[in-house]
This record gives sequence, C-alpha cells and structure tokens, in this order.
Amino acid sequence: MSKATTTKTTYQIPIGPIHPALKEPVFFEFELDGEKIIDVNVKLGHVHRGIEWASRNRNPIQILYLAERICGICSYCHPIAFSLAVESVADIQVPERAEYLRVIHGELERICSHILWAGVAAHEIGFDTVLYLTWQIRERTLDLTEYLTGNRVTKGITMIGGVRRDITQDMLPKIHETLKYLKDNFEKLRHILLDDKTVKMRTKGCGILTKEDALKLCAVGPLTRSSGVKKDVRVDSSYFAYGDLDINYTTPDILTGEVNGDVYDRIIVRLLEIKQSIDLIEQCLDKMPAGPIVAEPKIPKLLAQLKKVNGEGVGRHEAPRGEVIHYVKLDGVNDAPYTWKVRAPTYNNILPWIPMLKGEQIADIPIVAASTDPCMSCTNRVAIVKDGNKFEMNKEELHRLSVEKTRGLML
Amino acid sequence: MTEEKILTAEEIVKYFIDEFNTKIKDVKIKKRSAGLKKNETTNIWIKIDKGAFKDIIKHLCALQFPHLSVISGNDLVNSIELIYHFTFNYGHRMSEIMLNLSVELPKPNPEIETICDYIPGALISEREKQEFLGIKIIDIPDNKRLFLPEDFPEGVYPWRRDETGPEKLYRNLHEVKK
Repeated sequence: MSKATTTKTTYQIPIGPIHPALKEPVFFEFELDGEKIIDVNVKLGHVHRGIEWASRNRNPIQILYLAERICGICSYCHPIAFSLAVESVADIQVPERAEYLRVIHGELERICSHILWAGVAAHEIGFDTVLYLTWQIRERTLDLTEYLTGNRVTKGITMIGGVRRDITQDMLPKIHETLKYLKDNFEKLRHILLDDKTVKMRTKGCGILTKEDALKLCAVGPLTRSSGVKKDVRVDSSYFAYGDLDINYTTPDILTGEVNGDVYDRIIVRLLEIKQSIDLIEQCLDKMPAGPIVAEPKIPKLLAQLKKVNGEGVGRHEAPRGEVIHYVKLDGVNDAPYTWKVRAPTYNNILPWIPMLKGEQIADIPIVAASTDPCMSCTNRVAIVKDGNKFEMNKEELHRLSVEKTRGLML
Repeated sequence: MTEEKILTAEEIVKYFIDEFNTKIKDVKIKKRSAGLKKNETTNIWIKIDKGAFKDIIKHLCALQFPHLSVISGNDLVNSIELIYHFTFNYGHRMSEIMLNLSVELPKPNPEIETICDYIPGALISEREKQEFLGIKIIDIPDNKRLFLPEDFPEGVYPWRRDETGPEKLYRNLHEVKK
C-alpha cells in the first residue's frame, strides 16, 4: 500500500452490502487492475437474524412456520428439509400420497424460481423485455401455487409427516392447463435465451467455474451441474417419491455436447430443469396413489410423540439453488429441539464466486453474480476509491455499465 | 478426480474400523425408505476420537473425494460436538451415502485442526463454527469474521449454552448500546 512505489496499478472497489444482482445484502471487496478483477473478498451476515437461536423457544410445528420465513423464494424447501430431519429422528413414515404431493410442490417452486432467475439474468444484461415476458409466465405458475396451497409465496403446505392440503380430482384440469401453457411458452423462452447472438456473446466464456473447482469448493445445485458435476439430491438419493420417478442429472452437454462451466451453461441447465420439473409434475399426477396425506393429523398427539424422542437426524432436499440440509437434535425432554442447523445452498456457492469473478470485467459482475442465483439480498451503492479520490457508483450506474457493454457488442 | 467406484455403507464402515479400530467409538447405519417402491437411502453416523481426526479426514479423501455439505455443532455442556456431514457416491442414481462424522472437543479450550488443506470448500463452515461456537480451528487459512458484525462483543458465542452464550447480552442490550 506504500505510495512510494509507482508500480502499484490496482485499486479496490467495495460492492455491497447492498448490491444489484442480489436480493439480500452481501459485501464484496474487489481488487481491480483497470477493468479487470484480480481478487475478491466476501463478507456475509448482514441479514443474520438468529433464526436458529430463535428456535430454542419453539416446538417443531412452530419451527415449520419460522423455517418458511428464512427465504421468500425457497419458502417450501426449508420447512420440508426440517420435516425430513424430524421424520428421520422420530422414524415417522410419510403416507405415499403425501410423498407425491411433496414432489409436486417442490417442482412447482423450482419452476417459479428458475423463471424468475431467467428474467433477472436478462435484466442484468439489459434485456428488460425478456424480464417482463418471464414474469408474465411466472405469474401463471404463482396462480397455480395459490390455487393448490392457498398462498402465493409463504405456502404453509408442509406438515411433519405429510402435507396439509390434498389435490382433488376437480383441481386437475387447472393444473394441466397451466402445465400446457408453460410447455407452449418454454420454446419461446429457450429461443430467446439460447439462440440470441448478443446473449451468447455476453455469457459464453464468462464467469467460468471448472469441474475441479466445483468439486473442491463443494458447490451445489445448477451451479455445480453446469460445471459437469453430476450432483442432484433428487437423483442421488431416494426421498419423497423421487425414487419412483424417471429422473436424470441435467448437465449442459445434454443440449450442446460439451461442458464449459460458463454463464451460458448455467442458463442451459436452469432452462432444462424447468422442462424436467413440468415432466415430473405430470409423472406424479399419473402415478399418485390414493390414501391419507399426513401420518398423524392430530397435532397435540404429534407434538407429544416428538417430545419423547431423543436422537439426531438430517433432512436434505434439492432446492432450486441446490442441496439444502437441516440438522436436528431432539433431547427427549424439551418441546424445542436441542439444536437446529440450517444450511442453505448459497452458503456453499459463495466460495466458487472467487474463481468465477477473477479475471472478469467490472461490467460482468452483475451477470456472473446473478448466474449463481444467489439467495441473499440486494444492493444500492458501490463506492470506488481510486488514487485517494472517492467516487460513488450506485446500482443504476453499475447496471448502466452492464447494459452499455451489451449495446457495444450489438454494434 | 476420475470416476470412482460405488462404495457401500458396510464397506466404508469396515474400512474405518480396520484402519482405526479403537479410535472409532460408535457406529450406526440408518436406512430410510421412501415412495411406492420403497427405495432406501443410507446414513452413517460415526463418533470418532479427536486425536485421529485429521488422519481420518486424510483417509476419507483418499477413499473417494467427498462432498462436504456442512459442519454442524452442539454445545453438550462439558464439551462441544462438531458433526461433519459428508456425502459419497453422488453422480450415481440412488446410491448416495451420507457420512456424519462426529467429534467431541472438551471445554474450556475446544480446538480442532482445519480440513481446508484437503477440502477447500470447508472454509465458510469452519469460520462460522469459530464465531458461533467459540471453538478454535488450528491453521485456518482465513481467520476473519464471516456472519457476525465487526462490533459484536468478543467472547460471546450465539450457539453456546453456558456463560459465554448470548442470554446475558440480549437481556442487557442497553449496556452494550445496541
């Protein structure tokens, strides 16, 4: 940092804790040489709300609703992973029909999340028309979610040992209608995001994560699959009804025959997963057996049963962003669990940002950051400190740089 | 990192018992079935001795490079328990095995070696355990705080259940001017 040497050409920009591509706060410090990123430092925790600690005064049923509020987009994954953990500790067998219903809700959430992501990613590189298109499609999916669960976002569908609402015969036409709408629009979305020359130029070869780095840094979800690692909890293990269904790993080579691990590959993986989710919902509707939807409908009885259990267990589910894992320890004395540890997918996908961002340009930060679909939160200002002079760069400015880069390519 | 053969739960357990016998304190294999076809998923829970921890991680990585899901922790009054959740065999349909490796660190000076030299992805999880459970990770590559704010008082650990826990802090927030 000494000023005596004239060789120092790098400077630092802090980004965050509020940032354009994020939905929740995170702090980055970039070391830059001109436009090029040399090094990245990450700091988290700006929205740490002590949820695990808050659980110490709540019983498992109350925790379901607390878990639902960890994240708005993954409002199904967290309570369901918690339920899986509790069911494994208490050895509760979930009725088969509930296992299928759980898959349907999980996949519906994945469709919502991936379509939302496609819109945000398009917005980051300046295609706002695509943003509106995707949100129009997503709206139909949310309507279906509301129809099935009663809510658009916090669904309140999960119960330990099953689900809270059934899908009846008269609901099927509406589900099939929405799925048909999604299939009709899928081709349009695919054409826009994968065939467009400018999108290709902005995303191909950008933000590369190698397979080796993905393995070493324990990346999860579409991020690791787009680097060619076959890892997907739904395929790897048997939980819910996934063991009965026809499902395979989604990697970019299915479509292009090669794996590059860049932003373009991440678009491919998420798009293919939307199609896969539609297919899984249809399979479930076909194969779903009749029967009860919850193991123990009487809540006080369930709570009394859980209070006596002593043991520990883990619950894992493939959330839209990757593996979510909850660890639960019950002590057999208290209503509240002794320990509850939540690990969301983005937790594992933070370290891979460092190799992905190194060597890229400032204008690529939004799309590279957005390409991991981070589930933290959102930004407003960036301060640039150069030669002792301080400039401030706001979200709009950073977004403008990104849009300008796209326009530059189009000329 | 080439394609590796699929290990069974019994093979993994046998390997560790042969290699470390007395250092392995307790082994449980739990299987749970799901769906109409009742396919099973396996969880292995192993308690190990702290002395052999690093050596066991080394053997684990040699056996098959695992995915570290997360490290979780419990405050067990006289000691702090860390549980390393690893998964094996991913990439093969329904053959993934979860290995939960538990190690107890005695109070008042809970210490454990870092595993970042074998699995670099463990860094975030290790940093989190340092600040939330007040343990010391020996030779950790990056010692900075990750989740707690810079002005959070030293010596208070949110997941502890003893006098270093957060109860006192939140009851007397006026004293720390929060």
